[in-house]
Amino acid sequence: MSAPLLEIEGLTRHFIARRSAFGRPTATVKAVDGIDLSVPAGSTLALVGETGCGKSTVGRLVLRLIEPMAGSIRFAGRDILGFGEKELRGFRREAQIVFQDPYSSLNPRMTVEELIGEPLALHDIVPVSRRRDRVAELLRLVGLDARYGRRYPHEFSGGQRQRIAIARALAVEPKLIVCDEPVSALDVSIRSQVLNLLSDLRKRLSLTYIFISHDLSVVKHIADRVAVMYLGRIVESARSDELFVNPRHPYTRALFSAIPVPQPHAQRQRQLLEGDVPSPLSPPAGCHLHPRCAYAIDRCRTERPALIDDHKGHATACHRWHELPALVGASGQDAPTPQLEALMAKFTRPAGVPAAGGVDTLKVEGRRPN
Amino acid sequence: MTNLVEVANLRVVFHGDRGQTMHAVETVNFELARGVTLGLVGESGCGKSVTALAIMGLLPKGSTDVSGRVGFEGTNLLDLTDAAMRDLRGDRLAMIFQEPMTSLNPAYTIGEQIVETLIRHRGLSRAQASTRAIELLRDVRIPSPEQRVDDYPHKLSGGMRQRAMVAMALACDPQLLIADEPTTALDVTIQAQVLDLIRSLKKKTNASIVLISHDLGVIAEICDEVAVMYAGEIVEHAPVDTLFRAPQHPYTIGLLASIPRLDRRVETLATIEGSLPDMSEIPLGCRFAPRCPFASDICVSSAPPIVDVGSKHWSRCVKAPFEEVRA
Repeated sequence: MSAPLLEIEGLTRHFIARRSAFGRPTATVKAVDGIDLSVPAGSTLALVGETGCGKSTVGRLVLRLIEPMAGSIRFAGRDILGFGEKELRGFRREAQIVFQDPYSSLNPRMTVEELIGEPLALHDIVPVSRRRDRVAELLRLVGLDARYGRRYPHEFSGGQRQRIAIARALAVEPKLIVCDEPVSALDVSIRSQVLNLLSDLRKRLSLTYIFISHDLSVVKHIADRVAVMYLGRIVESARSDELFVNPRHPYTRALFSAIPVPQPHAQRQRQLLEGDVPSPLSPPAGCHLHPRCAYAIDRCRTERPALIDDHKGHATACHRWHELPALVGASGQDAPTPQLEALMAKFTRPAGVPAAGGVDTLKVEGRRPN
Repeated sequence: MTNLVEVANLRVVFHGDRGQTMHAVETVNFELARGVTLGLVGESGCGKSVTALAIMGLLPKGSTDVSGRVGFEGTNLLDLTDAAMRDLRGDRLAMIFQEPMTSLNPAYTIGEQIVETLIRHRGLSRAQASTRAIELLRDVRIPSPEQRVDDYPHKLSGGMRQRAMVAMALACDPQLLIADEPTTALDVTIQAQVLDLIRSLKKKTNASIVLISHDLGVIAEICDEVAVMYAGEIVEHAPVDTLFRAPQHPYTIGLLASIPRLDRRVETLATIEGSLPDMSEIPLGCRFAPRCPFASDICVSSAPPIVDVGSKHWSRCVKAPFEEVRA
């Protein structure tokens, strides 16, 4: 891997949840509570965690859509927190975002051509005369037919809309794209189409991704590195292949073993967490996980565990990770029979063939999205 | 074993404001024995929720045509009056919805909403019903139910709300419980807890359950039988083990292939190319043919037959069974 494109240190952002009658803050949420990350150019870092863990806030901080309270963010060696308005505008050409919900992230009153042409005009990337051609190129790049440029977002299915959102992000030829749950709103069969498109684009355009997701199984196929977050902190981070074979933090293990696998009576070692995620207004002292953790000891209740790297790139924030029994068979998944494997292989496109991606089967106009 | 539910030739057609029609559900047939859990699986718009709403009699009368038969303990529910259906719903028929925040009334406490059901259907006094409500909340493992019973829905977390919904649905010991994506809105660790709860309740009651989900993993964990729906039709029906070990419809195979595997990493994920067909008209041939890697001319020109491929296992595909097809 090459030099880091993005380096984050001690990034912190608190939100004020309540104020007194005089405007003094009385309750704060530590949405992002001092995290360090490093993303090499051309790689994909996945941020994984459940609702409210702060993963989306990290994505927005990285793009300076919101301002951090402490910490530093370096992008291609430059401190982006020191950027003035003009530099920030330049930075927007280099870093883009794709949101979760393609139904609300595209302006329903703009045609596809206008949606994708807007960033081209805003940053004055191609001359007006060439703009339409460039939009057509971008549509083809994401597997959509160029003749759909005159249509409106509601005429497309969820997967197609997400392709449009990706084309719009690609219009400015960014280096970094923050993908915030880009496939969570999509059906299973469409989800893999979009994931394949994202991996394909990354290779062809040497992009770097921050891929935010609550779903570990999706992340496995797209990420080089995974950071697991819980209540504003990173609890574990490792190379993707390492994390899935050898999850160390009790929270990662619980996330992993909670994924339902498509195999009845799977023999799995379950590690269910007790109770709910505590209120982020008053997270537990010490290790945030201790009230739900089966392995918690007194030290966990008082002392915040540091995220310590084992010098092989696998970092864990747990006082006891080296004492925990190995987790075997957490997925409990057996390989399918060779017959089924052969049948399923029919649904895998040979690498290199561009995605057709539902180009010819448009959804009916005016259909209620659900 | 007699069947509790027998759905025969169920058809649902929606009429739009401008005269357009949509065939949401087309000749759905299934039987459900007592104590059995059937999974209805499929993607958005495949008709699985509409099937559930049709069984419960909850589709808007004015704009929907429901035909066929929904047999429940021998009576056809589609023939019943609204009043008779209201007596059944919440009593012998119960339903859990996906989004517990919108299906609970925000203006009443959890307890009041359970008590209402018990008074309406079981004729309990308010005091008896309150005691029972606390027991029910304890059964679904809500901590300190004596306090929680007086909480409003917004005070509970998503997982707790869904537990409260389960408690409410089970209040009158229903014979049939329909759970429509009961864990889809929940985080994965909370989903695991709720699935665990449903599994243990299944053992305790002898209720038949229809579990609707888009997630084959969830189906595998809970169900005894599975019906896979595509574009308004059931395309395959099988016992759960058989369906996951030896599926016999290309759509099922494609769905299974699309799930990212936990045990290994692949370069390219399997996909089902294309998207759902237009439901405003009924196609001549197989609805899945345009997306099917196994399709040939016959699939487009004539409707697929229902092929028996094993014990209690059928597939709506002319190419089934698939062992022979494999070259």
